[in-house]
Amino acid sequence: MSTNMAVKPTTPAESFRSWFMDKLLMGMTWPEYFRSLITPFNIVAAVILCVGLPLIAMRFILGLYLVTHASNEYPWGLYLGWGLFGGVPLSATGFVMATAYYIFGFKRYHPILRLGVLTGFLGYLFAVIYLLIDLGRPWRIYYPMIIGFGTQSVLFLVAWHVATYLTVQLVEFSPAILEWLKSQRVRRWAVMLTIGMTIAGIILSTLHQSALGAMYLLVPGKLHPLWYSSYIPVFFLSSSIYAALAMVIVVSTLSIRFLKNRTDQTFRESLPKLTLGLGQGAAVGMYVYLIFKIIGIAHDNNWHLLAAGGYSNWFLLEILGFVLAPALLFTFGVKKQNVSMVRFAAFWAVVGIVFNRLNVSIIALNWNLPHHIQHIIPPWREAMVVMAIATIHILIFRWILNRMPVLHADTDYEAH
Amino acid sequence: MGKEPKGPMEEPVDQRGKEKEPQKDTGRGINRRVFLGAMAAAGGAVVLGRPEKSHASAEFEGYPNSFGLLTDLTACVGCRSCEKACNEENKLPAPAQPFDDGSVFKEERAPTEKAYTVVNRYENPKDKDKPIYRKIQCNHCKEPACLTSCPIHAYSKTPEGAVKYDPDLCFGCRYCMTACPFYIPAFNYWSALEPRIMKCTMCLSRIKAGKMTACAEACPVGAITFGKREELIKIAQEKIDNNPGKYVNHIYGQYEVGGTNWLYVSGVPFDQVGLPTNLPSKPLIEETKGFLSAVPVVLTAWPALFGTIYAALRHREDMAKEEKEEKKEEVKK
Repeated sequence: MSTNMAVKPTTPAESFRSWFMDKLLMGMTWPEYFRSLITPFNIVAAVILCVGLPLIAMRFILGLYLVTHASNEYPWGLYLGWGLFGGVPLSATGFVMATAYYIFGFKRYHPILRLGVLTGFLGYLFAVIYLLIDLGRPWRIYYPMIIGFGTQSVLFLVAWHVATYLTVQLVEFSPAILEWLKSQRVRRWAVMLTIGMTIAGIILSTLHQSALGAMYLLVPGKLHPLWYSSYIPVFFLSSSIYAALAMVIVVSTLSIRFLKNRTDQTFRESLPKLTLGLGQGAAVGMYVYLIFKIIGIAHDNNWHLLAAGGYSNWFLLEILGFVLAPALLFTFGVKKQNVSMVRFAAFWAVVGIVFNRLNVSIIALNWNLPHHIQHIIPPWREAMVVMAIATIHILIFRWILNRMPVLHADTDYEAH
Repeated sequence: MGKEPKGPMEEPVDQRGKEKEPQKDTGRGINRRVFLGAMAAAGGAVVLGRPEKSHASAEFEGYPNSFGLLTDLTACVGCRSCEKACNEENKLPAPAQPFDDGSVFKEERAPTEKAYTVVNRYENPKDKDKPIYRKIQCNHCKEPACLTSCPIHAYSKTPEGAVKYDPDLCFGCRYCMTACPFYIPAFNYWSALEPRIMKCTMCLSRIKAGKMTACAEACPVGAITFGKREELIKIAQEKIDNNPGKYVNHIYGQYEVGGTNWLYVSGVPFDQVGLPTNLPSKPLIEETKGFLSAVPVVLTAWPALFGTIYAALRHREDMAKEEKEEKKEEVKK
């Protein structure tokens, strides 16, 4: 095992020790490593996990009722509304960046390519983890693959695609893992798969991003007519594209702010320009999405609903406040070459995507049931579990960025 | 969903003449049952040549001669005998309040994992002193959204008319609960190891034994009629026609979401007795068919399309490289 350590290890034990320190402790000794962990962020994370992890354990021992407000009328809560329906569009980063780079030839975006792929991979991984919390019998998660084929179900499609795509994303990200492990041959094999995996990613992503919307085609009687549309698969797919571009801006902004020491010069120097480019793409994507939304309203002739108050105002807030407004800010920021403005617009657009998915899956669903609003306020335990999983998500993300060549290139390897 | 194979409920052909496919013969039905699954059957039907249905897989007319129930809301007195009979038949836990306790009517209830059917009370706009009672339970849709939504095929529509749920195939995603337009499937959230959907079974074992459902048998005023769905529709229409002014001219469940095996007649519009009236008259599976039919197109077209785009990119790169080399050579010369 080759390492970058100055002292050449002699025995296997020493060799493992030096490997462990180099790879996992980032070249520090245990005491040094622990000391480096005591930061305000980590203390807050630890507190959240101290409450959240026992709740998750109790959910599996005592039952789902303990950690959800879900009921017979409201079968899905935050786990799917936030974790799956909100998380998956923000995880389109892998497919969008890989397609742009490998297939369409946006070669300038190489420094943030891996960050996009990693964001996508972890996003899908955690969407599945939220799902495992929410499923009544999570140990049967493989059932749609082996036991029973509900081919008429859109969820069957989603299950297959998310499972396959998770694997595809792991392969897409594997060169980074293999470079970290200093592998030569296996990495070469992984790199050879890149184009195939990218095209597989396009197929799987376009299908399941839209399929998540298509799941709601079954509920014309339950979903508010302003959100229900036969175009809902198009809405979901179209919005996931700009969501991905905005999300790459968000993640790269957080990376350069909090993990600057892990970035290389290429990353730091190219990021402002790339951010503007991504912002321009996001703006175009948002205008396209807005046009689809308007076509949707026109198709169902729902214009009269826009002025009906209540849900109409909520809908207008979503469309004008969380799509049009950030789109205009993107446009203005790109025109003024103002990177901060584009970054702000990106955070705004990402919030808007989650807002839309929560509207479809929770807020505008069952809108005609009595006392609807009281039913959808999550209890503290559900919110706590969501926060715990989100915290683990961030910690794992940071763990990888700290160790693997994502924000910087490994000079031992040729770019691919 | 394709044409399901015929179950053991085969009836003489003449009765089936009322269905929309008069030229179908029983022999083929048995043949299909023997060796073809639902999807294959649809394809097989196309091969066997039925010109009027070249899109055979798209249509399922429902089982002929399936059973159903008809609830007459003008007859129901709210005694909750049906709730009691259902509770006993399905061995459900005893309720918090006894079945003769009228205080449960204060709130609008929905079926739960402990009560597969519930009776609700609604104000009668015609006569304030005579409230309307409405029993609700699984309506056993002809093409159920729960079945459509289930990724593991835990639901099936039996030839008897019941929508059957199999807990052995369920992983508890609860999409069926989201999909059901009537808020029927209930889930026992507090079971850590064996959470499952609980809902009305249409007393399938009783029907198979030649009996009627427990609720219909228990009803003291004949508000629940058990019989063949086709005949129930006739009975319902006769009730409406023979009693002018008593009923609204609508059989709820005849066409809602493609038709349900449980039907209702009422003296007041159905939205006043808590039944959704904003549902399409075609089965909900029709809403997703367009999307699902696009899947094979994407699966085949995308690799070709994006593969070509990639090839074009490589081509441009090669051209650029060659041009550069040519220029270099020119410089050398």
